[in-house]
Amino acid sequence: MREFLHLIYNESEKIYRKKRVFVIMLILLVLIPIFVYAQYREVQTTMKRLGTSDWRVSLQQQIVDTQNRLNNSRLPEEWREWLKVRVEQQQYYLDHNINPNAPGAPTFTRAFIEQGITLFVPLLVMIVAIDIVSGERSDGTIKMLLTRPIRRWKVLLSKYVTMVLFVSLILLLVGIISYLLSGIVFGYSGWTLPVLTGFVIENDSLNTNFVHLVPQWMYILMAYGLAWFVAVVIGTISFMISVLIRNTPAGMGVMLAGLIAGNILSNFATSWEGAKYIFSVNLSLTDYLSGQLPALKGLSMSFSLLNLTAWAAISLFVSFFVFTKQDMTS
Amino acid sequence: MTAVLSVKGLKKVIGKKTLVENISFEVQQGEVFGFLGPNGAGKTTTIRMLVGLIKPTEGTIAIAGYDVRREFRKAMRQVGSIVENPELYTYLTGWENLKQFARMLGDVTDERIHEIVRMVHLDKRIHDKVKTYSLGMKQRLGIAQALLSNPKLLILDEPTNGLDPAGIRELREFVHHLVQEEHMSVFISSHLLSEVQMMCDRVAIINHGKMITVATIEDLVKKAADRVEWIVTPVEKAEGVLRGLAEVRELTVEQNIITCRMPIERISMYNKQLIENGIDVRSVREVAFTLEDLFMELTGAEGIA
Repeated sequence: MREFLHLIYNESEKIYRKKRVFVIMLILLVLIPIFVYAQYREVQTTMKRLGTSDWRVSLQQQIVDTQNRLNNSRLPEEWREWLKVRVEQQQYYLDHNINPNAPGAPTFTRAFIEQGITLFVPLLVMIVAIDIVSGERSDGTIKMLLTRPIRRWKVLLSKYVTMVLFVSLILLLVGIISYLLSGIVFGYSGWTLPVLTGFVIENDSLNTNFVHLVPQWMYILMAYGLAWFVAVVIGTISFMISVLIRNTPAGMGVMLAGLIAGNILSNFATSWEGAKYIFSVNLSLTDYLSGQLPALKGLSMSFSLLNLTAWAAISLFVSFFVFTKQDMTS
Repeated sequence: MTAVLSVKGLKKVIGKKTLVENISFEVQQGEVFGFLGPNGAGKTTTIRMLVGLIKPTEGTIAIAGYDVRREFRKAMRQVGSIVENPELYTYLTGWENLKQFARMLGDVTDERIHEIVRMVHLDKRIHDKVKTYSLGMKQRLGIAQALLSNPKLLILDEPTNGLDPAGIRELREFVHHLVQEEHMSVFISSHLLSEVQMMCDRVAIINHGKMITVATIEDLVKKAADRVEWIVTPVEKAEGVLRGLAEVRELTVEQNIITCRMPIERISMYNKQLIENGIDVRSVREVAFTLEDLFMELTGAEGIA
């Protein structure tokens, strides 16, 4: 066990001294202010469009509108439930003097991970994971690493565990930095804001029977938990690529192609159901929380979780199987 | 005496290509063993098998009695190696590199690391990043990491590649020191006969992936060092005299230079005979033999084509 901790320390030192964490921090520190500014402009435009500086008036109007719709007897039952919760949410905003169009830092932090979960977070993960094995092979240091009195699977496992640790650190950094930076503009409050969740996708339609409100901090915790899961899965697949493809840029290309293919397929909203088995169309797990219908038929929270777990498990198996058997030729 | 390294019937096939075949030898304790062959003969493939980087198709390797495949950990504890170039983590300092490997061994103290750093004369630059090191310094750091575990066997793959003459000399003295003071066995691969000749006690010769011979350096030298070059006038007469001698073989004439093979210890005797026949001997010298000559000698006409 002590030996294994030493190995993890070694791997961490290597990642840290390669300045990977520094690069990720830099990316976050440059990009997040840009996103914050964009969000700020968005809020300004919305306010202008609503034409009133007093958001309470417009919110009150929306509640009245919704209640009128609820009185309509022809309203489908599932919509009724959902609208009721919505009114509840809007009433909360009004009662607690919260402007829903000018959210605080927690809302930004939430929106950021919801947007970033499919591409931005996976890219950050790749910075750490994609060369964790292939880098040592192209540098030749793998010879130094594998001629020690330690079994190969242990060396690889230490690399994997270290990767997961750093992926967790990345998620933490994304959360903390987006909260701190967006708070400068939007203010730091809003943790207790009620957020709608509990949507269920059944037969490719949204079942809103279980919709309820949760405080935003809880929602953020769930969203980051899902993002962490996605990040670990992407990390695991990158890890396998790193074992299989010795050339790091080539591995990076393969991984990027996989990720972007998912994005493109999602946008095509293809009727080809088999596409749902590709890992990269399953990444927007937070959409299930917020009740957006998935782009592809047959996707649901449980399917995506299962599918990603299978991808990770197979990747891990292939990584260990290949690495422990492989000839380390130059 | 137990063999520190014992290799039996080693064979490696990748795809349809047989890289090495039938490699067998033993390295005894306190011995400097040379592994000699031209580039591409299979030296590095063999070394990679010795340290477990690639798996032999056939054959066994035991280091200090431990089978490299079945008792990998125990075997690796007994060996320090540099395979090809000493590739270290260039973004870490020399010290951090050594600490990395020390952690993997588990029981290396900082004092031991300091001691080794002093031994390879890196104390002044050990806290600099490796990317700022010269090749010679990297080589020394490579040796330092190989020595961390106090191994019984040190494996060096073409250690003089890229070193200047002073560096080569330093390495030679260092190897000598390790054997004399630390009672280590050293396995050195090389494509230079002169190098092996200066450093090693015994040598295995490999070509086209096959073992040609294992012999002591003296035996090899005796076998191949029998070429003598005479500069004489008149050359025809000298040729006649030399051809008449029983132990002279493969005589060739080029202008006034006669080259032949003969026992080195006969030089003064034959010289006397030439002079007695009124021949002016301007110079006589032993011709340094090359690896090619040695191959010719050992494999017949095949050479190392």
